[in-house]
Amino acid sequence: MMNIYKAPWFWAWVAAFAAFGATWSLSAGGGGGMALLVAALTFGSFSVLTGLGQMLVITMGPGNTDLSIPATMTLAATLSLKLMNGAGGVWIIAGLLTALLIGVGVGIVNFALIRLLRIPPIIATLSASFLYQSLAIWSNRGLRIKPPQALADFTTGRAVLGIPNLAWLALAITVVFWVILNRARFGRRISAIGQNPRAARLAGVPVASVTAATYVTCAVMAGLTGFLLACFSGGAALNMGAEFLLMSIAVTVIGGSSIAGGNSNVPGIWGGALFMYLIVSMLNSYGLGAGVRLLSTGVIIIAIVAIASGRKARL
Amino acid sequence: MTTGNDRAAVVVLDGASKSFGALKALDRVDLSVGPGECLGLVGHNGAGKSTLVNLITGLFAPTEGGVSYPGAADHRAAGIRSISQEGTLCPNLTVLENLQVTQRDLTGWGWRGAAAGRVMAALDAIFPGHRIRAHTLVIDMTLAEQQMVEIAIGFAEGATPARLVVLDEPTSSLDASIAAQLMTHIRRFCAGGGAVIFISHMLGEIFDVATRIVVMRDGRSIADRPAGDFTRQGLVDAMGHVADDDHQPSPAALARALGDKSSHILRTPEGVEARRGEIVGLAGLAGHGQAEALARFYLSRSSDWRGASDPQAVFVAGDRKRDGVMPVWSIRRNLTLAALDRLTRWGLIDHAAEARIGSEWQKRIGIRTPDMGNPILSLSGGNQQKALFARALATQAPVVVMDDPMRGVDIGTKTEVYDMIRHEAANGRTFLWYSTEMDEIRNCDRVFVFRDGAISAELEGVQITEEAILAASFEFGDSAA
Repeated sequence: MMNIYKAPWFWAWVAAFAAFGATWSLSAGGGGGMALLVAALTFGSFSVLTGLGQMLVITMGPGNTDLSIPATMTLAATLSLKLMNGAGGVWIIAGLLTALLIGVGVGIVNFALIRLLRIPPIIATLSASFLYQSLAIWSNRGLRIKPPQALADFTTGRAVLGIPNLAWLALAITVVFWVILNRARFGRRISAIGQNPRAARLAGVPVASVTAATYVTCAVMAGLTGFLLACFSGGAALNMGAEFLLMSIAVTVIGGSSIAGGNSNVPGIWGGALFMYLIVSMLNSYGLGAGVRLLSTGVIIIAIVAIASGRKARL
Repeated sequence: MTTGNDRAAVVVLDGASKSFGALKALDRVDLSVGPGECLGLVGHNGAGKSTLVNLITGLFAPTEGGVSYPGAADHRAAGIRSISQEGTLCPNLTVLENLQVTQRDLTGWGWRGAAAGRVMAALDAIFPGHRIRAHTLVIDMTLAEQQMVEIAIGFAEGATPARLVVLDEPTSSLDASIAAQLMTHIRRFCAGGGAVIFISHMLGEIFDVATRIVVMRDGRSIADRPAGDFTRQGLVDAMGHVADDDHQPSPAALARALGDKSSHILRTPEGVEARRGEIVGLAGLAGHGQAEALARFYLSRSSDWRGASDPQAVFVAGDRKRDGVMPVWSIRRNLTLAALDRLTRWGLIDHAAEARIGSEWQKRIGIRTPDMGNPILSLSGGNQQKALFARALATQAPVVVMDDPMRGVDIGTKTEVYDMIRHEAANGRTFLWYSTEMDEIRNCDRVFVFRDGAISAELEGVQITEEAILAASFEFGDSAA
């Protein structure tokens, strides 16, 4: 029914391929391509995992954005690594559960602030994130605890087809999100709320519980990403989540989900995440300084979003 | 062929056609409208009325044929104004700012004063006694007030004076007294040399103001004669549906007349009561608390936390944009939203069952589309409304709450939906029905008349007459203004 170039995720993937080609050609081609691909898939996975949660929230319509993702990542990583304290076996499961439960708790707090105190989501999640960050600082106290060896090996490993384990995990979770958004009642209801919350309520959609579940899901994804990122990078750090504040929103928007709500796009998240990593590597291989690099990244994001929204306006 | 004087006409259509892909929305229409004429335009939903209007107002270009404005370069210079059925005011702007959206000569210092002057002059002229202020935000006004502002903007003085005003269902949200003010103004405007194209599904209004009537069917103009040459029945026959005027009481009402003393299954805080299988009307002037009472009742019967596969009540929206339509979705998804719990197993939606329900209701309620997967916004207003009806009726809810759902729906569709409501009531469903139209209230077994947010009268069976309802709608000693 739909031509492939009209799919909302198409341009994100085109951009990702173009950025890959541009970087690869500079790095003299050959074996460098595989290394670049592995790096892009690994770092892209973290963006994908946070982006999926953020996408659910953004789909609920204007004003809905979770800005507590970085603080949640830090808190979940700090506490779970502290609990595991480098030990393996059953402690790994306990650590993972801790990270996920912190996500659940954060999601509930976020939702309670939005619902009970009627604070706009952007302000509620941003101010609550100071609370989460302070908790992380208080429990961390400058310690840098190493993750269990098994987890460090897993997150840096490439067990199947030479593709990073993290990418496989992110892919599996992506499939789950695709099913939620396209086949499940929950996704249908999120989309309804995103288009018109009043009409959704009048059509029998339980708006409160769907909203709560969405914020909890987003925070759980943040907790999981924080856990994996800490294991990957050899320990939790207080600023480890900082770049995912904008990253999670950028990959959602570049991936073709509508900022106006109601319309989400799962494949685009991957295109957006790979593109965002590759564009930075490309600018790096041109040998540009940090300032120029940040500036160019910003300009490119704005350009992509402008092109994408202009295209929608004509439809 | 046409009775308008071509030489002095405001707008002339010469064999104009408009196609959207395979659908021929307008098929070789010849029409001219001259000064002083009030043209009544009638036809069923999807007959091509809106497309015709969009050609005249310059929104669409014709695929074939031509549209010309004698003596003027384009529709703007010709003084063509249009008041849409869907509501085109910007809700986040004030009344006077909305005027500036269409009148671009309002610039520079003091444009606000000039704009307020123009729009208030128009409001005072058309709706004397209105209580609208120029600095009110549109979003804070009732639907009726918004429609009044839209009409006033259409008639307001501007850089190019209004020579032809197109009114598409202008009275759909207005109560009888305000609608009468509008009719008076249209006659005055036409007597002063202005032209009006008036689209309405209320044939009484058409006969009230129109000097000429054009009947449209399937994109063609099938009759174009002076209004005096038509009878009401003749007009309905020309449109292609048979109006069914006599009303049968529902089985629930008959049973009670025969002595059935079954008790009420619901009672709202305002005192509206209903028995099983009863059709209960909420009448009175628009904006006297009927819609709020229904919304409160619906919200109290549904949960913000739990979806239900057997909801206690369902809601049919009248204000489609605000309360009903999911604009991103297909017709099918819009239709199945309320019944989603019945289509879900293990949290996943059964797409085959969803498609079955979609095509079943497309047939039962006659949604005019080649594919239920098309976007809901591709439908005409009346067909969107049918989809919202089907959304409610596709559930198993015992109580159906309807908030003036027939706005902008043609008489043929209305008759079909009335039949469906009676059929569902006979099967034991209870209907709570707010309507501003007398014809619809007559379909009810029992009527509660609202005034100032409270019930002023309860009428049953033969007591339900226009006189009784009007008497209960107005306070004695209070003027209608």
